[in-house]
Amino acid sequence: MYTVELTEQETEKKKEQAIQNVTGSVALLDGLVQEQVKTVFGYPGGAIMPIYDALYDFNDKLEHILVRHEQGAIHAAQGYARTSGKTGVVFATSGPGATNLVTGLADAMIDSTPVVCITGQVFAHLLGTDAFQETDVINITMPVTKWSYQVTDANEIPAVMAKAFFIASTGRPGPVVIDITKNAQLQKFDYAGYTKCQHVRSYRPKPIVRKEYVEAAAKLINEAKKPMVIFGQGVLLGRAEKEFKRFIEKGGLPAAWTILGMSAIPTDHPLAMGMLGMHGNYGPNVLTNECDVLIAVGMRFDDRVTGRLDKYAKQAKIIHLDIDPAEIDKNVKTEVAVWGDCKETLPMLTALLETKCYPQWLQKFKNYLQDEIDAVITEELNPSTPEMTMGEVINILNELTGGEAIMVTDVGQHQMVTCRYAKYNKPNSNITSGGLGTMGFALPAAIGAKFGAQDRTVIAIAGDGGIQMTIQELGTVMQSKINVKIVILNNRFLGMVRQWQQLFNDKRYSFVNIESPDYVQVAKGYYIEGNSVSDRAELRDALKKMLDHNASYLLEVMVGKENNVFPMVPQGCSVSEVRLK
Amino acid sequence: MKKEFTITVYTENQVGLLNRIAIIFSRRKISIDSLNSSPSEIEGIHRFTIVMNETLEVVVKICRQIEKQVEVLKVYYNTEEEIVWQELALYKVSTDEIAEKATVERLLREYGARVVAIRKDYTVFETTGHREETDRLIKVLEPFGLIEFVRSARVAIIKTSKGFHEKLKEFEKTEPGEELVENEFLNKRDDVFTM
Ligand SMILES: Cc1ncc(C[n+]2csc(CCOP(=O)(O)OP(=O)(O)O)c2C)c(N)n1
Repeated sequence: MYTVELTEQETEKKKEQAIQNVTGSVALLDGLVQEQVKTVFGYPGGAIMPIYDALYDFNDKLEHILVRHEQGAIHAAQGYARTSGKTGVVFATSGPGATNLVTGLADAMIDSTPVVCITGQVFAHLLGTDAFQETDVINITMPVTKWSYQVTDANEIPAVMAKAFFIASTGRPGPVVIDITKNAQLQKFDYAGYTKCQHVRSYRPKPIVRKEYVEAAAKLINEAKKPMVIFGQGVLLGRAEKEFKRFIEKGGLPAAWTILGMSAIPTDHPLAMGMLGMHGNYGPNVLTNECDVLIAVGMRFDDRVTGRLDKYAKQAKIIHLDIDPAEIDKNVKTEVAVWGDCKETLPMLTALLETKCYPQWLQKFKNYLQDEIDAVITEELNPSTPEMTMGEVINILNELTGGEAIMVTDVGQHQMVTCRYAKYNKPNSNITSGGLGTMGFALPAAIGAKFGAQDRTVIAIAGDGGIQMTIQELGTVMQSKINVKIVILNNRFLGMVRQWQQLFNDKRYSFVNIESPDYVQVAKGYYIEGNSVSDRAELRDALKKMLDHNASYLLEVMVGKENNVFPMVPQGCSVSEVRLK
Repeated sequence: MKKEFTITVYTENQVGLLNRIAIIFSRRKISIDSLNSSPSEIEGIHRFTIVMNETLEVVVKICRQIEKQVEVLKVYYNTEEEIVWQELALYKVSTDEIAEKATVERLLREYGARVVAIRKDYTVFETTGHREETDRLIKVLEPFGLIEFVRSARVAIIKTSKGFHEKLKEFEKTEPGEELVENEFLNKRDDVFTM
């Protein structure tokens, strides 16, 4: 069943290795060590106790971060994966422990994040008997996992673990659930050592790139008068930032990002045209419907990016580079599809490009940007009102961090504002729940993000709604002593929903005013320093103090109650119908 | 335009895979007209035969989603003309009724039916064939009090297929040769989408 192929040498080496009689739990942990896992996010319970017992002796090799809720564990693992480029690992017990992972699995699935979740399960002989804390985890999680497997015999563990890591991290990455019955965790077996998985015969993560399609794509680009590149997380997941930069620079191609593609090129790159989609920048949205060749790289034409599909880039010839064949022609029919890993396909394409630049075409982007600056950006970043805006907070953070920080956002207005205005110099800096839009993501994901990039400043930006969904993870911050900065942009509303109610439901504000605790006191309760500012005069110093503090810090900023995020492509409208107010 | 398509899926023999395939349909509210799960020409390789009524575009998207599943090796979709297919049906009628009112020999001959069981109180007939043929016998037997009827899922052979043996060898290689066409839908896309 497992096609773990060994070369002769490896087989010999394995024979030499002393076969050890160990429990399934020990084999599992050894597998993690062999996969170079350093950090595990988890929460113990009855059905995973043997693994936790074995973990006791792995203290020097594996760091375990005790979260406050399993959702926190998986979001942390996601944050870790997104900043480190490695696979995040989660431990949870059976039943409620496992079901608490579902939101995070769905989030990792839609945002292609490599995560391996190990869930404990009741003894094999109890499966299907409605035993205490038994849930059918495999079936509950089936639609939101790339792969899953239930282990009932310890002998399976090494190969299954190897397969799990291989599948989670290759091709289009995604979450994997390995459910292990308690008997298999306890069972002793002859462990011949761990062999990494290199090949699964029914799974081909990297296709053979077909040159004729690359050639066809190059021809279209070389003939274009108004080409435009739109890129997504594929560039980051493929670690193809350099290849991508060379590609747009040689072709002189203006490039705009999806929310998940952000930071793949520095935000101030001369060819960086901003963000696409519902709250993206004016120019790239409007000009999507004016370009003659649209080159999509590692993105999936999400409806938040495309707006109304039947009015999306109809004038353009579309080229789509993606590693997932199921994405090709799924939402938007393409002229040329280049199926492959963009790390491989982009250099092939770049080699065939003519060196070009399109000053007039780029000027159009600049003109639209000027319109946007005049209508929206100036007021958002340097407001004339006494109330503070979310934009000015991000603007000052940009200055103070010099674009070097990682920003982890929650979901709502503050997320859109952060992604609109944050400056990034380095890749993997913008961590957000894009596809699922999971409120409560920011705090736990920021914890994981910091573990994944310890030398970088990590700032969680959350709304007063979302922070309250996973605020218990302050306990994880406290106990792990991880240094994350938490900014709550408090508008005393579920802002994004309120904005929609204002614009589309005649201001019928139905259950969107949300009250908050005294966040500074809450933080204090967790021994985390904090502050709250409601006066612009104090903002810069408060942010600076937060960043300079040598431990975690929570800063609440009181912002205008009824500010809106613009530009906006209203749902059901075409991208060229983007509204500036 | 919706049309009947027969999908052939070669997979590893893995518990739960049927569910992974089924939810691809149910998530999109697409019904499965018939689903058969069986061994294939290769030991250890499983073969699903699924019948659905949809537009070509939807069928292609569904096939890609199925092929994306880790344990799925290959998916083919075919129209009626491209396959040889059969379904099997069983009919249970009262032996008395049949003996009195119908000439059994005629039924057997005319409808290519076989008797698989004769008991004092009931008789079971069997036919194999296309839907219309198995349906026709229902009509004939109804007046005699059809006690039970059941029809199997479709099984189908792809006329142009050379079987899966060679393909599997390619899949087993870590680095497949150029000749391996991994996702035929991408190759065929020109014919597919000019419709
Ligand atoms: C778990 C979850 N529940 C509900 C929503 C719907 N939703 C999207 S944005 C939003 C408001 C968020 O409010 P807040 O956290 O205060 O952020 P703001 O928009 O004010 O910046 C809601 C309720 C969601 N995205 N996720």
